[in-house]
Amino acid sequence: MISRRDFFGVLGGGIVVVLIADDCDAQESGGGARRGTREATPETIGAWLHIGENGLVSVFTGKVEVGQNARTSLTQAVAEELHAPLAGIKMVMGDTALTPFDMGTVGSMTTPRMWPQMRKAAAAAREMLIDLATQKWSVDRASVSIADGKVTSASHTATFGELTHGEKLTRTIPGTLALTPATEWKVAGTSAPKVDGRDIVTGAHQYAYDMKRPGMLWAKVLYPPQFGATLLSLDAKAAEAMPGVKVVCDGNFVGVAAPDQAAAAAAVMALKAQWKPLTAETSAKDVAAYFRKNARDGAAPAAPLTTYNIAYIAHVPLEPRAAVAEWEDGKLTVWTGSQRPFGVRSELASSFEIPEDRVRVIVPDTGSGYGGKHQGDAAYEAARIAKAVGKPVKRNWTREEELTWAYFRPGGVIDVGGKLNPDGTIAEWEMHNYNSGPSGLQTPYHVPSKKEQYHQTKSPLRQGSYRGLAATANHFVRESYMDELAHSVNLDPLEFRLRNARDERLRAVIEAAAARFGWKERKKTAGRGFGIAGGFEKGSYVATCAEVSVDNATRAVKVLRAVVSFECGGIVNPEHLRNQVEGAVAMGIGGALFEHIDFADNKILTNRLSKYRLPRFADMPVIESVLLDRKDITPAGAGETPIVGIAPAVGNAIFDATGQRLRALPLAP
Amino acid sequence: MSRITELDVNGARRRMDADADRTLLSVLRDDLDLTGAKYGCGEGQCAACTVLVDGQATKSCLTKVGSVAGKRIVTIEGLAQNGKLHPVQEAFLEADALQCGYCTPGMIMGAVSLLRRTPNPTDVEIVRGMNGHICRCGTYPRIVSAIQAAAKKGGRS
Repeated sequence: MISRRDFFGVLGGGIVVVLIADDCDAQESGGGARRGTREATPETIGAWLHIGENGLVSVFTGKVEVGQNARTSLTQAVAEELHAPLAGIKMVMGDTALTPFDMGTVGSMTTPRMWPQMRKAAAAAREMLIDLATQKWSVDRASVSIADGKVTSASHTATFGELTHGEKLTRTIPGTLALTPATEWKVAGTSAPKVDGRDIVTGAHQYAYDMKRPGMLWAKVLYPPQFGATLLSLDAKAAEAMPGVKVVCDGNFVGVAAPDQAAAAAAVMALKAQWKPLTAETSAKDVAAYFRKNARDGAAPAAPLTTYNIAYIAHVPLEPRAAVAEWEDGKLTVWTGSQRPFGVRSELASSFEIPEDRVRVIVPDTGSGYGGKHQGDAAYEAARIAKAVGKPVKRNWTREEELTWAYFRPGGVIDVGGKLNPDGTIAEWEMHNYNSGPSGLQTPYHVPSKKEQYHQTKSPLRQGSYRGLAATANHFVRESYMDELAHSVNLDPLEFRLRNARDERLRAVIEAAAARFGWKERKKTAGRGFGIAGGFEKGSYVATCAEVSVDNATRAVKVLRAVVSFECGGIVNPEHLRNQVEGAVAMGIGGALFEHIDFADNKILTNRLSKYRLPRFADMPVIESVLLDRKDITPAGAGETPIVGIAPAVGNAIFDATGQRLRALPLAP
Repeated sequence: MSRITELDVNGARRRMDADADRTLLSVLRDDLDLTGAKYGCGEGQCAACTVLVDGQATKSCLTKVGSVAGKRIVTIEGLAQNGKLHPVQEAFLEADALQCGYCTPGMIMGAVSLLRRTPNPTDVEIVRGMNGHICRCGTYPRIVSAIQAAAKKGGRS
């Protein structure tokens, strides 16, 4: 990280605003560290902003862009308060040498935390520019204004660069500066197009997978045939005899470096390794019992509760893990796709036993993550092999490696039960989640007596964060069971939910989705069904209605239509929000209907895309989104929560179509 | 082992020296620095590697470079002409038909090929024609809209 004294040396003259974050909180992470990791103490700096002598505005944040369009929304935040055009603002993201410390692009925190910090930094810069103009022109400060990147006062006018030229001014501001109210936003709240869209549609953008360094070698790692196996012996003679190939072996770690990708793959093939297998404790078939048996606090009695099962699933970011590592004078630089550049820096510093300031992690805008890119596996492998061979090394994971050695969304077992009052309100509620996680476990409905418990247990697979964390599993179970309760007293599922929802924001999304869907006017026909689900997580509210068809002979389910209403406070970019909401529904159909990790004998059996079914064009329903814009409420993140409603809505629709209640994800009638 | 020493890529003759058995994807990315075509699965399941070979969408991860010698190869880098975006590229931007963008080059090449075969496709024809492409971010409906918009603007150019 740039020392604050070095700003002008690194960035050039001009003005700099340093924003002190008003609070730093722990955020959820994932991936069950393979190696000992420890986060650096969070710095108190939230962001900094530089206006160069050429007038270019550069803004530095440790957040990264993984497809959620943070680069665009943060640029809008700066444009809004600085009164400058989007094109003149450059976001420098996820580079541990240039940007302030950040816990990671996780937990839907970019919008609620970083977005206001960007605005504060920009507002302070705007005031500095007005101060400069006031001095230079000797005018009344109140007469100076900024619009469209120009500073004016009566007959005076200047660009930012004309004012910052020759200056070296810094200002440190607290995070408590007042901001433009949402009702007066001009750039924020509009559908600004993706700022780097052109680079993507022309193929110019370089993902980590695409990066090269001069003189670099290609690396590949020999993984054990099963999880937990230990290396007994290695014969590397044949591989080492190949031209340009080097083999790195240390304990269980075996890697090769070669002049090109094919040679690296061939070298790994030529390695003769003997492994001692570890006896598998469970498999996908019997993992539910395994979760219960290994519950740390002892399993609660399942009866008389109703049991649901949740499969492990994979993130499948289309860009697999990738890294390029380069050592120079004992300093390590790594380019990698990650949601936690500073977390990866810590992992690397700790693995190689060097201070964090000797490690630089640079994250190019990344080919998605969905919570799946929190750890620095590829970075570590590249760095380790690069260190051994003394040259830059590139390590690109294959899809098979990604589907086997990354971490998964946890599987789980969830028990649920409830009792109703005669008027259809819920009297008692109980829910126990084994392994999948606590997020979204608390019911958003009004229940006078409830018990909700997350039980930690053992996972046979490496597991970690996933879009929405366990909120998808918990919403699937809760909203399915809400349906079971509604049907047990012959209440319409919409009416039942509204009878039990007191939270006005929850009621609003449920009513909005139902109205757009035409819930009350729906007409049942053979083989068709309708379902509804609602929920709350990470500061935002969602309700989803689905219509499905179930083929009588094949039992194939097709989601025909999905209406999702979403409310996350004030909307910062309507089109990008719509894109996130619709994309979450599309992705969620996979986990709802067919995605699952099959494993046995400590092996992942669903280790290729031909064995792991993802949602495709033909799986798409008509998706309609209804966005509720609450400008009176501070914006929350939106990348995760819209995913939680589709699985229960589809499950409830399948019940409506077939009378069959499916109590497992994926739903397979 | 036979070698390939020249390919016709994006209207230019490009020199290289590659084993004919290597994949076109690997030669484009590693030898010619054309990294717009992406690796996603290596088994033809995601189509992120799609390029045009003699105008046809082709999965370059399953194509041996020896089989395309002398054929006209167009990658995403060769689609815009003199800085002017192809109508399909423009349509993807206008429809916001991308999130992380990793599938986008392959999607665009697939769409360009589809529109050459079927200049005025129905939604069903687009879904059928594009179903081999995966967008994990789930922007499928927007991609269908983008292809429709490009078709209306004469997306064949």
